[in-house]
Amino acid sequence: MNRTSAPVDAPATGAWEGLVTTALLGTDRRTPPGTGPGQEAPVALLDAAAVETVRRRAGLRPARAAERPQPAPEDSRPPLPPAAARRLAMLLADRPGASGGGRRGTAPDLMELLPQWLAAANAHGFAPPPQVLPALLDAARGRTDLRPAALQFAGPRALWLARLNPDWRFALRSTPGGGAALPHLRDDGSIRQLWQDGLFAERVALLSALRSREPAAARELLATTWATERAEDRLMFLDSLRTGLCPDDEPFLEQALTDRSRNVRATAAELLSALPGSALAARMALRAEACVAIDRTLSAPAIAVEAPHECDPGMERDGVVAKAPAGRGERSWWFGQLVEAAPLGTWSPRLGGRTPREIVALPVSDDWQGELHAAWCRAAVRQRDAEWSRALLGEPSAPEAGGPGAVSLAERAKLLGTLDAAERAEWVAGFIAAHGLSEAFQLLGVCAVPWAAPLGRAVVDALNIARDAGSYPWSFSGVMGLAERCLDPSEAGRLDALLAVPDDEPENASPGAGGYWAESFQRLSTTLRLRAAMTEELRMP
Amino acid sequence: MTQQGVRWTADQVLALAPDTASRKAGSKLGAAGPWSEAGSSDEGTVWGLCKGSGSKPYQTVVDIADASGPAYKCSCPSRKFPCKHALGLLLLWAGGDGAVPRGEAPEWAGQWIAGRRKRAEEKRSGESPGSPSGSADPEAARRRAERRAERVTAGAVELEQRLADLLRGGLATAEQSGYGLWEETAARMVDAQAQGLAGRVRELGAIPSTGPGWPVRLLEECALLHLLGQGWLRRERLPEGLAATVRSRIGLPASADGPPLRDRWLVLAQYDTADTRLTTRRIWLYGADSHRTVLLLSYGAAGRAPELALPVGLALEAEVSSFPGAGQLRAALGEQFAPPAPAETRPPGVTTSQAVARYGDALRDDPWLESVPVTLDRVVPTPDGDSWQLADVDGDAALPLTPAARSRPGLWRLVSLSGGAPVRVFGECGHQGFTPLTAWPEGPGEAVGLC
Repeated sequence: MNRTSAPVDAPATGAWEGLVTTALLGTDRRTPPGTGPGQEAPVALLDAAAVETVRRRAGLRPARAAERPQPAPEDSRPPLPPAAARRLAMLLADRPGASGGGRRGTAPDLMELLPQWLAAANAHGFAPPPQVLPALLDAARGRTDLRPAALQFAGPRALWLARLNPDWRFALRSTPGGGAALPHLRDDGSIRQLWQDGLFAERVALLSALRSREPAAARELLATTWATERAEDRLMFLDSLRTGLCPDDEPFLEQALTDRSRNVRATAAELLSALPGSALAARMALRAEACVAIDRTLSAPAIAVEAPHECDPGMERDGVVAKAPAGRGERSWWFGQLVEAAPLGTWSPRLGGRTPREIVALPVSDDWQGELHAAWCRAAVRQRDAEWSRALLGEPSAPEAGGPGAVSLAERAKLLGTLDAAERAEWVAGFIAAHGLSEAFQLLGVCAVPWAAPLGRAVVDALNIARDAGSYPWSFSGVMGLAERCLDPSEAGRLDALLAVPDDEPENASPGAGGYWAESFQRLSTTLRLRAAMTEELRMP
Repeated sequence: MTQQGVRWTADQVLALAPDTASRKAGSKLGAAGPWSEAGSSDEGTVWGLCKGSGSKPYQTVVDIADASGPAYKCSCPSRKFPCKHALGLLLLWAGGDGAVPRGEAPEWAGQWIAGRRKRAEEKRSGESPGSPSGSADPEAARRRAERRAERVTAGAVELEQRLADLLRGGLATAEQSGYGLWEETAARMVDAQAQGLAGRVRELGAIPSTGPGWPVRLLEECALLHLLGQGWLRRERLPEGLAATVRSRIGLPASADGPPLRDRWLVLAQYDTADTRLTTRRIWLYGADSHRTVLLLSYGAAGRAPELALPVGLALEAEVSSFPGAGQLRAALGEQFAPPAPAETRPPGVTTSQAVARYGDALRDDPWLESVPVTLDRVVPTPDGDSWQLADVDGDAALPLTPAARSRPGLWRLVSLSGGAPVRVFGECGHQGFTPLTAWPEGPGEAVGLC
C-alpha cells in the first residue's frame, strides 16, 4: 500500500518518522516530543505510536495501478465438459513421488493416463479451464515427454502465463517462436522475413510447418539461403525434408551430395536412397547387383555374395562411409551400405524373378546371410516396403522366435512399423500366442493404441497362462503397465473371471502369487474402466 | 431439502483431505475398481465396501448431512481422518458415473447413521433446559474468573514494564537480543493465562529478522500491544463492545452467545494455518440474505486437520451465532437445516478504494484488526516489479498482494483464471495488502479456490 501518497497531512508523516527514530535510539538518549509532565517517556512514546499506527492504517489508500498485462489471446476451442475437467484435476493431483515406490496395489496409476487423456482431449479440440494451467505446466515441466501434448492442450493462455513465470520458460522454448504465432503460411513476405531474421529454433519450426503443408515451397525457401548456412544448421534443415520426401526433391538433394560437410552428404544420400527412382538409388542398385547373384554351380539354387574390393570416390560421394567401425571387415561394411541403399525392387529381377518371400528363403553361401538379411531389413525400413518387411519378419509362430531374416527384436519392431496397424497387431498377436510375453514388450510398443481385438486377447490369454504357471506378476509388470494403457476398454469384461483370488494355488506356484495376480488384474480392470469413463466424459455433451 | 441429489465436485471432496498423502491415496481409490455394494441415500449418506490388503473389505460410511461437516466411519485401522477410503468413496460418489447408485443403506451403515442421528437428537433436546455441565457452583465460577483476571492484570502490568524497558534502551538493541527474550516474556504471558498477549509477544521476537523496514513494524506491534495492555487495565471504562473485543484479543474464553442468524451461507474460503502446537482452520461464510460475512474457526492438534470442513462453492442453510466483541466476525455454526450443496451465488464486490475504506472503518471497532474480508469486483491481477497487485479495471487504483500471497501457488491460478481480464476476488484486505482466497471469472464459472 502506498503510504507516502496518503493525504493524511504531511506533519503526521513527519511525526511518525520522529517516533520511529526515537524508538530506535531509545528514550534514554532522546526525549520523545510531546511528553506530558509526570509521564514516563517510554509510555508517552508508546501512546503516541499507538495513535499513529491506528491512524496510519485507517488512512490507507490504494496504490497506483501498474501497467496492466496484455490480455491473453482468445482460445476459441470449446471448454471441457465439466466431468472431464474434474477428471483432469484428479489426474494432475496425482503427482509422482509422494508414495515413494512400493507395491502398486489395485489402484490405477493416474499419472500414466495423463498422456492418453491429453491426446484424447486434443483430438476433440477442447480448451482447458484456465485455473488448471499452472498444474498442467508444472506437470509438463517435470516430464518432457508430456510437453508437446500438454502445451498443445494448454493453448495460447499457457504461453501468455509462461511469459510471466520463469519456472515455465520451457514452454516458450518448446513452442516455436517463443509462442509468437508463425506467420500465416500464405503470407510470403513475412515467411521470408522470419526465415531471414529468425532465431534458429524459429526457422526450424517455420521450415517444418511449411514442409508439412507445401513441401516444394519449403525446399525452395531453404534453397534461397542454403549456401550461406552453417554446417550444423544445414544438417538440421536438410533433416526436415524427410517429411513429404518426393522425387521433386532429388535435384536439391543430389546437389547436397557435394556438400562440404560429411554429415550433410550422408543425410542427403540417405534421403535419396529412400527415393527408389532417384539416380543415386539407380547407381547403388548397379553397385549392389554386382555383389549379389544366384550361384548356379550348386544343385539347389543359393545366393552368392561377392563383396566390393574397394570403396571408390563415386561410392563415397553417394554416401558410403569408407572407414569401417572397429571390429568390422571393410568389405562387409561397404557391402552392407550398398545393399541398404539399393532399391528393394532391384532384387526380384536380379534373382530370377523370385518374390521377396522366395528370395529371403534362399540359402546364402559363405556365411553372408546375416549381413545380407540385415541390410535388407534396414532397406525395408528406410523404403517403408511392407512386402519385404513381411518376408523378412516371416511367420510370427516360427520357432526360435526368429524369422528367416533372423533379425533382432529391435529390428523386428522397426519392420513392423512399415505394416499397417491391423497387420502389425495380428503379427504381434501371433508372436505372443507362440512365444509368450517375455520378449513381447518391445513389439507391443509399436502397436497402435488401443490394441486391436486379436492382440488384446492374445495379451490377456498370455497373462492368464503366466499366472497359471505360478510366477509372480511383477515379472510381467512392463507388459501389465502397457496393457493398462493400451488394452481396449471394451475388453474389460473379459477380465472379470481373473479378478478373484484363486482358492487353491497351482502346484509349484510361488507363495501368494495368486493374490498378487488378482490384484494386478483388478488394477488392469479398474484402469480400463477409468479409461472408458475418461473417453466417455470427453464426448461432446 | 431438494438439494441432496446434487453431488459435490472432486475438488470439494479433496478439500476434506487431512494431508497431501491422503489426497493422493484417496484419489487413487476414487475409481470403481476396489469398491462394491456402494450406494447413497436421499438423507445424505454414502456407503461402500472397499477391498484392501486383507481378506475382508473395509466398511466405509460417510454422513454428509451433518451440521458440522461430513462425518466418517471406516473399519480400516488408519488414524487419518477422514481416511483414504472415505475420500475415495466420496470421489466415486462425486464422479457420478453410476458407481454409487441411490439405494437403501445396508444394515451396518444404517445402524451407525441411526446412532448418530439419535445422539444428535439427544444432544439438541438435552441442551435446551440449561447446560448441565456448567451447573457447578456459580459463585465458584465467578471466583475462578476473578483469579484469572488478576493473573492477566499482573501479566499486562509486567508486559507494560518490559515494553517500557525496551523503548528506554531503544529498538536497535532488539535486533541483537533475538528470540530468547521474547520467548521468555511469552511464556510468562501463558502463565498469566493471556494467550492472546502471548501470541503477539512471540511474533514481536520474529520481526527484527523480517528484512528492511523492521523497526517500523516492531514499533507498530509494540504500540498495539501497549494499546491492548492499556485496554485491559482500563477495561471498566471502555464501552461494553470494545471491552469484549479487548477480552477476546487478550485470549479470554468467550462463547458464541449472539442470537442465531439463519441464512443460506455460501462457503467463501477455507484454509489452515499451523504452528508447532495447533492447526487452525478458518472458514469464511457469506449470508446470501443477510449479506453478512462471518468467520468459523476450528482447531486440530498439530499435524492433524480440524474436523470441520466446508468445501468452497457449497452453500448451507444454517444458523450461526456470533462471538461477543465489537467488530468481531467470528461465529459458531449452529443448527444446519440441509446438507451443504453446490450454489451459484457469488458475493457482490467493491472497488479497491472501497475495500481499504472498509478496513479503515473496521479499525474503529477493533484497532488490532489485521485485515477484513472483502470481495473485489472487476480487478485485474497485474505484475508490479517483483510483486503483484489487483488493479481496478477502471481507474488507476490497485491493492498490492501481501508478501505471503505472492509466493503461493494460488497466485498463479488467479493469474491464469484472469488472463489479463477482470475477475471477482474474495480475500482479506489489511495494512499489509490483499490476500486473495477465492476467485470467480467474469463470465459464468465456478469458484476457484486460491488457498
